[in-house]
Amino acid sequence: MVLKRRIRLFKTGLWILGFTPLAWVCHRFFLGDGLGVNPVAEAQLWGGLTSLTFLLAALSITPLRRLTGWNDLQKVRRLVGLFAFFYVTLHFLIWIGIDQFFAWSYILEDIAERPYIMVGFTAFALLIPVAMTSTKGWIRRLGKRWVTLHRLVYVSSLLGIIHFFWITKADDRWPILALMVWVVLMSIRSVWWLKSRSHPARARGMKKGLSGTPGRA
Amino acid sequence: MFIRKRRFGEGDIPSSEITPYELYLDRRRFLAHGATLAGVAVLAPSVLGATETEEDERTPYEDITHYNNYYEFGTGKEDPAKYSGDFVPRPWTVTVEGECSNPGTFALDDFLKGHEIVEPVYRMRCVEAWSMVIPWRGVRLRDVIMRAQPTGKAEFVEMTTVLRPAQMPGQRRRILPWPYVEGLRLDEAMNELTILATGIYGKDLLNQNGAPLRLVTPWKYGFKGVKSIVKMRFTSDMPENTWQVMAPNEYGFYANVNPEVDHPRWSQARERRIGEFRRRPTLMFNGYGEQVAHMYRGMDLTKWY
Repeated sequence: MVLKRRIRLFKTGLWILGFTPLAWVCHRFFLGDGLGVNPVAEAQLWGGLTSLTFLLAALSITPLRRLTGWNDLQKVRRLVGLFAFFYVTLHFLIWIGIDQFFAWSYILEDIAERPYIMVGFTAFALLIPVAMTSTKGWIRRLGKRWVTLHRLVYVSSLLGIIHFFWITKADDRWPILALMVWVVLMSIRSVWWLKSRSHPARARGMKKGLSGTPGRA
Repeated sequence: MFIRKRRFGEGDIPSSEITPYELYLDRRRFLAHGATLAGVAVLAPSVLGATETEEDERTPYEDITHYNNYYEFGTGKEDPAKYSGDFVPRPWTVTVEGECSNPGTFALDDFLKGHEIVEPVYRMRCVEAWSMVIPWRGVRLRDVIMRAQPTGKAEFVEMTTVLRPAQMPGQRRRILPWPYVEGLRLDEAMNELTILATGIYGKDLLNQNGAPLRLVTPWKYGFKGVKSIVKMRFTSDMPENTWQVMAPNEYGFYANVNPEVDHPRWSQARERRIGEFRRRPTLMFNGYGEQVAHMYRGMDLTKWY
């Protein structure tokens, strides 16, 4: 009971945290500086940065859980991921509806001809099936394929970072930071993956009488 | 629009010391452009008056001074307003050097003295696809150039921003190769529209807008407008302007506003006027074709972007 309540509290906190960026931007727009001199550009930047932050946060949950042994973390991964999807959707809608104001010919031309928009759009599109299959029913239905499908997040986040690099004119500090986080998170996964593969390989090698290194874990 | 017939310390320099415009043109052997330029010079005041159209509402002073690309003070749009407080724009000197008969280092007031003060209202189109309408105050660059007396070898003028990392926090990081350098072909520099600005809305330039002296070329993308100028150099070689050095496939020397030549990463067909919601179409040469198109006749503008 106590444990369940703690998880519920944790989740409630996360819902609040998840909507904080939206509350903050609304506050700035209606009560603050109105998002500055160029509100449309500011809102776009905000949506992109927020979604990328949540996406990287979602990617860091599994490594964090395995490193800390805090297994409850896994229970909020979906929520973090869905917040990432929520903000990238806003980012996309701001671009379509406010920045371009539904100028479809320009929108289609941009998607087709501007590499950074093409890449950003792909990053968004890849997340759609991931978000749609995040329910328990889909997890059951897809079985092992669910895990494979949800690895699209690895690709999507990298594309999002490339998109970020390509819209940045000269000051690459933030995209570099995002890329560094991504590389760290993926390296941890690669190491685990290699380890999980190397065990059977080592066992085979020993059987054939080759010099294995059984002492090294 | 009107031009006040005020002059910086008028009478201090005998007019005989200043080369007449026609003589200058002869010396420059600008035969191809000469006639056009001289003709334009005569028409200048009336043409200048026609550059502000009715739909161009002036951008509020607050916006002009709080949405700036001046990486010397940081890369955020509000950074220049926030982090330029330590910058000391006076006293100021400008060094004139290179292919000219009248080089030297001049105190800013002497540098400007005697030149007619103009107050044009220009559209400013940033390469990032936003734009403003700015009432400038300054002097025509051609007046300054005529006093410097470029030699026959001078084909370009290069201008350099001050290098002061102690007062310009952005220069402490190598975001761009400092100091910032920009340049114009001499006929562009001599164009009636080209000014060295000292003020906005009748007030002296604030640090974030390039105090105390900056270039304004309204038919070109904003990054051509080199700020806090300390050096003018006349040269026969095309200057290597900073953004072209940074990303030669994205930014060229000419940087003329052109809706048909896209930036490799984004479209230049439309722009967002600061204060407006919908994007508006971008005009060729930012709408100043009448005054500047003749300078690029026969040039492939997709190549010379």
